[in-house]
Amino acid sequence: MAAEASGRVLLTHAAGLHARPCVKLTKLARTFVAAIELAADAAGPWVDAKSIVRVMAAKVPQHATLHFRASGEDAGEAVEALVRLVRDDFADGENSPVRGDGRSA
Amino acid sequence: MAAPLELMGQPAAPGFAVGALVRLPDAAAQPASSPDDVVAGRARLMAAIERAVAQLQSLQAAAGDDDAAGIIAFQVAMLEDDALRAPAFEAIDAGAPVEAAWRAALAAEIDGYERAAAPHFRARGVDLKDLRDRVLRCLGGTVPAAAAWPRGAILAADDLTPSRFLELDWSAGGGIALSAGSAASHVAMLARARGVPMVVGLGRFDMAGHATAALDGAAGILVLSPDAATRASMAGAVAPAAGGVAEAALLERPAMTADGERIKVLLNLSDPRELEGLDPAICDGVGVVRTEFLFTGPGLPDEATQHAAYCRILDFAAGRPVTIRTLDAGGDKPIPGLTREGESNPFLGVRGLRLSLARPEVFVVQLRALARAAACGAVKIMLPMVTVPAELTAARALLHEAAAELAEEGIAHRIPPLGIMVEVPAAALAIEQFAADFLSIGTNDLTQYVTAAGRDIGAVAALADPANPAVLRLIAEVARHGERADIEVSVCGDMAGEPAHVARLLRAGIRVLSVAPNRVGAVKAAIAGYRAGAATSD
Repeated sequence: MAAEASGRVLLTHAAGLHARPCVKLTKLARTFVAAIELAADAAGPWVDAKSIVRVMAAKVPQHATLHFRASGEDAGEAVEALVRLVRDDFADGENSPVRGDGRSA
Repeated sequence: MAAPLELMGQPAAPGFAVGALVRLPDAAAQPASSPDDVVAGRARLMAAIERAVAQLQSLQAAAGDDDAAGIIAFQVAMLEDDALRAPAFEAIDAGAPVEAAWRAALAAEIDGYERAAAPHFRARGVDLKDLRDRVLRCLGGTVPAAAAWPRGAILAADDLTPSRFLELDWSAGGGIALSAGSAASHVAMLARARGVPMVVGLGRFDMAGHATAALDGAAGILVLSPDAATRASMAGAVAPAAGGVAEAALLERPAMTADGERIKVLLNLSDPRELEGLDPAICDGVGVVRTEFLFTGPGLPDEATQHAAYCRILDFAAGRPVTIRTLDAGGDKPIPGLTREGESNPFLGVRGLRLSLARPEVFVVQLRALARAAACGAVKIMLPMVTVPAELTAARALLHEAAAELAEEGIAHRIPPLGIMVEVPAAALAIEQFAADFLSIGTNDLTQYVTAAGRDIGAVAALADPANPAVLRLIAEVARHGERADIEVSVCGDMAGEPAHVARLLRAGIRVLSVAPNRVGAVKAAIAGYRAGAATSD
């Protein structure tokens, strides 16, 4: 069943969306089936959130608002997980996947 | 077998070698890429990318620390992303040669980063160049020189660059016989540091029919197709010279003059591989780490790679101070893509700190890595080729900027002491103008600039004499300034490692000598024999 979702979050990470956070964000995005895009401005340009080349090239600075939009069966879950990753400042979650079941704040 | 043939050159690095004689193929002679059809071209690029990913993954496994592994993970993710390779495949489909297609695809991305305002985004351009070159290398399929070169062989060439020297594996011995070259070149310095015998200025010689050779580095002799007696005498002559036993006994003791004055002896390092089998107890610290070794691979080293290399040397030094010199490229040490080509006189051109200040995006990566390393050891940063005080001021400002960035990113760091090499006469003559935390006299370049005799030109080698009174006067003047201003002055040129010059330097007021690891014993012996006020030959 196709679904659409969107969300936004303030990027507090020092130095902005640079190499390491980009790796984490795109890895997480790729765990979802939905097509996911992000932008540093609601008006776009939107880039594929699963492509580190595109996300990195967006050069999103600290204190920007990150916008996500997704479409596909797990769109809601995807946006929620990505927003949480950014809000938690890309905390180390490799061993405890951020992709959750919605129970956390 | 051909008859023995003895050739006379100039000694550049002492020691004996006997082995296969091999001519080093010219590095520039890369096989031209042949045109591919579209299907073969796509397959070739795909295979090269896969090989590059595999190489990175094994590097990542070996990286050891999280930072290095993190940066390599980023490179792998970039390389695996279809968005990076799609433009290259499109260009191949349109008929472009594979290498050109890949270069063009990466050029667009690199350009985007290099124009970024924020330094941490700008620095990623270097990662992309690294990726570009790694894949190009995988496409080339050429055998690296080191693999094609039999270990322990005597290498014959017209001349040799420092980077080529560093690419080769000298752990099994071997030697160098150059038709041209100079004993004062950087590559000769590297050979002396590694204990690789080297003879220069042999002139052109015909190797046809000669499969073996014997080399006497101290005498400057190359024997082609040596007879059994020559081979036996050279093979039996193991490097340590006369006095070897006494020197060995002094090695682990602090250096002391005959009248009991303590002299510091530091190490010059050109490559972390020199640390293998080396006991830090033989030295009072590291006087200069020449960081050019980091820049010998394709692409420029990223912050994590540099940080890991610096930390390795700090681990070795076990708390002793480690002076790390920022990149000293240019002159006879070109780095593709960084140094300028076609300078009419590279020794008077954009080299050393001049190059670093001209390429701040590269310099800042090194300063960040150094400031981070300083958080876990006694790092001192040394700037090469400083000419005027404004250059030191500019470098200090960049160092503070890098530290502020690290603070903002929450990364552990410290601002280490910042000193300068004294090797340009203008700096030596006006040394009191420089607000440096320490000084180190680079006698190789200082001598060449004071005597106007190029270190790469064998015909003027006799003029480029560090014992020239003009050079000694400058050294004494800098030492006096150091004493007045209470800042450490060391000598880190080859002169410091020559027992014959040690007394001259001590007499000039120098109390810190920085020498190649294999010179420590001989230098400590020369120090032990020095008595202030004793009759001199100068």
